[in-house]
Amino acid sequence: MSTSAYVERSDLSTRARLRHGSLSDTLSGSRAPGWWGMVWLCATEGMLFACFLAAYFFLRGSVESFSAEGGKYVPLTRPLIMTAVLLTSSVTTWWGEKGIKAGNVTRLKIGFALTFVLGVAFLLIQATEYAHRDTSWTTSAYDSLFVTITGFHGVHVAVGLLMNLFVQVRAWLGHFDGERHEAVSNSALYWHFVDAVWLTLLASLYLSPRLW
Amino acid sequence: MLPQLRAIYDTGPSMFATAGPEAQSLATLGWAMIAVGTIVFLVVMALLLVPLWRRRHVLSEEGPPELVNERAWVLYGGAAIPGLILAGIFVLTLGTMRASLSAGPAPLTIEVIGHQWWWEVRYPEQAIRTADEIHLPVGRPVKVILRSADVIHSFWVPNLAGKTDVIPGTTNSMWLQADNAGTYRGQCAEYCGMQHAHMALSVVAEAPGQFARWVADQRSVAHPPADSATLTGERVFLSSPCVFCHQVRGTPAGGQIGPDLTHFGSRLTIASGALPNTRGNLAGWIENPDRIKPGTKMPAIPLDGPQLLAVVAYIESLK
Amino acid sequence: MIVDTAAPTAPAPEIERVDIPGLAERLDRTWKTPKTLYGALASVDHKTIGKRYMVTAFIFLMLAGLQAAAMRAQLARPENALISPEAYDQLFSMHGTTMIFWYASPILSGFSNYLVPLMIGSRDMAFPRLNAFSYWTFLLSGLLIYSSLLAGVAPHGGWFAYVPYTNAQYSPGLNMDFYALALLFLTVSTTAGAINFIVSIFKMRCPGMSVSRMPLFMWSTLTTSVAIVFAMPALSAALIFLELDRRYGTHFYDPVRGGAPLLWQHLFWVFGHPWVYIVILPATGMASMIIPTFCRRPIVGHTYVALATVSTGIFGFGVWAHHMFATGMPALSTTFFSAASMGVSIPSGMQIFAWLATIWAARRHVLATPMLFMLGFICLFVIGGVSGVMTASVPFDLQATDSYFIVAHLHYVLVGINLFPVIAAFYYWLPKMTGRMLSERLGKWNFWTLFIGVNLTFFPMHIVGLRGMPRRVYTYPAGMGWDGLNALETIGAFITAIGVLLFVINVIKSLRGGALAGPNPWGASSLEWMVSSPPPEYNFVTIPTVISREPLWDAHDERTGPAGEIDDTPPDAARAPMRSFGAHAQVQTPQEVSDRSSTAELRPWRVLDDGKETLETTLLDADPQAILRLPEDTIWPLILSLALMGAFVAALFKAPVWAAIAGAITLISIAGWLWPKPGTYPAPRLRA
Repeated sequence: MSTSAYVERSDLSTRARLRHGSLSDTLSGSRAPGWWGMVWLCATEGMLFACFLAAYFFLRGSVESFSAEGGKYVPLTRPLIMTAVLLTSSVTTWWGEKGIKAGNVTRLKIGFALTFVLGVAFLLIQATEYAHRDTSWTTSAYDSLFVTITGFHGVHVAVGLLMNLFVQVRAWLGHFDGERHEAVSNSALYWHFVDAVWLTLLASLYLSPRLW
Repeated sequence: MLPQLRAIYDTGPSMFATAGPEAQSLATLGWAMIAVGTIVFLVVMALLLVPLWRRRHVLSEEGPPELVNERAWVLYGGAAIPGLILAGIFVLTLGTMRASLSAGPAPLTIEVIGHQWWWEVRYPEQAIRTADEIHLPVGRPVKVILRSADVIHSFWVPNLAGKTDVIPGTTNSMWLQADNAGTYRGQCAEYCGMQHAHMALSVVAEAPGQFARWVADQRSVAHPPADSATLTGERVFLSSPCVFCHQVRGTPAGGQIGPDLTHFGSRLTIASGALPNTRGNLAGWIENPDRIKPGTKMPAIPLDGPQLLAVVAYIESLK
Repeated sequence: MIVDTAAPTAPAPEIERVDIPGLAERLDRTWKTPKTLYGALASVDHKTIGKRYMVTAFIFLMLAGLQAAAMRAQLARPENALISPEAYDQLFSMHGTTMIFWYASPILSGFSNYLVPLMIGSRDMAFPRLNAFSYWTFLLSGLLIYSSLLAGVAPHGGWFAYVPYTNAQYSPGLNMDFYALALLFLTVSTTAGAINFIVSIFKMRCPGMSVSRMPLFMWSTLTTSVAIVFAMPALSAALIFLELDRRYGTHFYDPVRGGAPLLWQHLFWVFGHPWVYIVILPATGMASMIIPTFCRRPIVGHTYVALATVSTGIFGFGVWAHHMFATGMPALSTTFFSAASMGVSIPSGMQIFAWLATIWAARRHVLATPMLFMLGFICLFVIGGVSGVMTASVPFDLQATDSYFIVAHLHYVLVGINLFPVIAAFYYWLPKMTGRMLSERLGKWNFWTLFIGVNLTFFPMHIVGLRGMPRRVYTYPAGMGWDGLNALETIGAFITAIGVLLFVINVIKSLRGGALAGPNPWGASSLEWMVSSPPPEYNFVTIPTVISREPLWDAHDERTGPAGEIDDTPPDAARAPMRSFGAHAQVQTPQEVSDRSSTAELRPWRVLDDGKETLETTLLDADPQAILRLPEDTIWPLILSLALMGAFVAALFKAPVWAAIAGAITLISIAGWLWPKPGTYPAPRLRA
């Protein structure tokens, strides 16, 4: 059976014109469906953290015994170091991604390796922060929320690190070039998102008690 | 003839069988909205069905489709007119809310505490503790303080007012006012577990004189047994595990877990409105509470026949 | 050279016709899923997945319906002792949970899965493997929660599971752990599905299907999916807190240690009310597809309906606290939520009046079964809407809430705006899926039984509710004014059950030997009716291009080009009458047609047959952007779903070792899934 199709008249071979005319088949950045999928994943995860923080502010605003604790100062040294570490890791990610966009695989490898180290450092500092708390999450609703929210963020950092490793391995196997690096973009986007979430946690759980 | 339980109450628990000003204004609002809603429904049904009937034979598929004034249909018919109707309903709503908020200062305060599955009722100023039954003086606003001992319940006496939830960790309050004397049925309206269905209460609105007499009766300690049967009953009761949960003021029985029984005989129902308060029903309840309210926290107490009858006689004598 | 992005004023490209021998056969070979067990488990075809969704969700509907029938039998008369209170609590909790989570939304996902790629002229969804994963997760989470019913420890806290009744102190068994974990598992499926729909509708529409030309069902699916993305996390958060409170001694909901039971209610309803719109909006989108077909004209107010859909989705997030008027909120908040809740009905009013206007100005009324269900749907929608506005009025709601009035209201909404459109959609689209029509005669019986049964069941509930009967009671005393109406409701429930049964019989009869449908039995206008019934695995031989909102009603032939030639479809009777129903086809001469088409709208056809390919287009204008290579069938989604199931079961029984094993398998399957096929990297450049 034969099918007819209408194609634009041009100098290209029929085959080429039928396939894509002027279309590209390389995908990266916002052109790739995967990137859009990652944007919406970040949206729904962001909403999850928003709900967590809404729970924190709801309890702080409506339950007296909670606000007594939730409103007290939390030591700031560690969280500020963690913030610096995480912000730097976003810069290294960006630098690595910019490298692969220019076709430089080595820059990608170095940038993502630095990110990995910084991410691990973040988690280690967070572990010492937990170790220094004299309460556990079963002490009060405030502790439950504090540990759940920061712990959940820690899990997100860990997931980001797994993505980072996945990209690193594929980079070494030569899967990426200047036009094909969808996984790099998605991993970087997720990492920036985790970083942004941390900033909201910093503002809500650590800084806001000092403001009111 | 009305069923026994229903015969206790002066009217069914309909929100339109009103016995007080609050319920009255809610019923007025309800009727108004039902009227508007019915008109809206009929108009839409006419718009839906008239074309089906009117154009049945004249329609043709030849020619382009009829031009329709989209704006008139969708913006005016679908948004502007409904918007006006909604604005009207909202104004009615606000008016009703305002009326119910201004209940004024109340000389009488009662506390109602929800338990799985009964209502504890306290009159703090009168130092009364009873259960499943509220007495109100007619024509006087009453502030009801609502607390929960366990899970969430909801306090609802449809003849008098709407619901207010009874939430652990929170103290809610509401106003009740009965203008017509009578006995009304209230019920827990928030699902609270297995016996949510049997968590009713009676509200008795009575003339101020009668109410004062009731208060005086309830304040007194339990009447001591007057005959040998009730005396035996008291002895059995006091030596049974009943006393761990139930209080009978004037006796050593001081349990606080279950309802206060000091004036149990004067109450209208048993087991939170599950049964009318009769000797037979009480015997059946004590013998096997789980048969009447499966899952109830009240255990069956092993009593032999004579003991059971004696205890029933004793508790019913606690007027 | 770049014709795809040409402005309307640019010169039209020159078009020539070429023959491609053996194209359909080649596509067949590329896209075919082998009919083996492995093929069945590995299939990523959106049509297969869509059908699975629909069948599974319908089975859940029938299970939940049986639970409802049991409850109605118990409530048929006062003080009935047919069912124990413990069983009754499990029944109503499972009924609500199943209907809301495992029927109402998944059935619509099923239709969307089947129809979205066909309606937008694509060959599959944006993420076919994720799609398979969504289905498996939906199925497995359903099996997880139903295993609790078999074990006799089904959830018993209602579908809304208010704390503290559902915490470990008052519900010590596994009942509520099944609820929390199975639901949490399901949110993964629902969220993944929603993201898939969003990206598909954003990026996979065929050339020419700009935002303004999107079918209304796409608008409602898109709105719903976005709402899911933002609503689901509130439920997840609430469930995570609940499970941690129950199992690990945290205090989120514990008023003694600084928590609050109302936190659950806020989180639950921040999710719960948008969810109401999530389970009705796609159904209103179906109505906007079906009603015009049977009125033989485009819908009146297309743009308004699209806007109303989107605004319902948005405003649906601002009304959650109307479920909590009785909790003692400040008067100012209740006033705000009251106004918002009334306001949210205005977009629904716009939709209803758009349908009314379409019916009013119809070119003909074809009262086939789908249309009957649509008329019934509008009737029930209005009743549910009116009672909804009544309950938005705070003082009235204090009487109505938690009474049978609410039961009546929510069933008018969910039966009226979900079940009726879904049944209509089955009558309408099943011929597309199976190639066979359903019986019209049985369909009319089906409609009237269901319509009478539903009204008989649920209308009296308004009255018993106003007469003071509370919800969720396993029995009630005699003489309160509830007895006769309850008996009537039970009769209605059994008539409703007969209605559903008639539908099932009709489907079975149709599968066994219904009349052949042909590509477009109803003479409808959207792209899914362009292809054969059932459609080929690759959907479209060539990716279509559309130039209007009603592509099959304009004279432009999407498959073969402007001249309207049909060269690979047998000129069967089924296609001919539908052309005559078209809004324009009859009145245009071939000359007019070619005049109309020889504009910049004209685009070259895409023949994508080098592997599983489809077209990616731009977000707003749907200009071709890139060629997408879709994944082959794969078993990884099923493995991942099973691994997650393992993790949830391990959490249920608090088995950390098993949880760790399941977690490891989860990570391995994600890596296996994402790993590119050997030899494809660096992929060969496709450009000639």
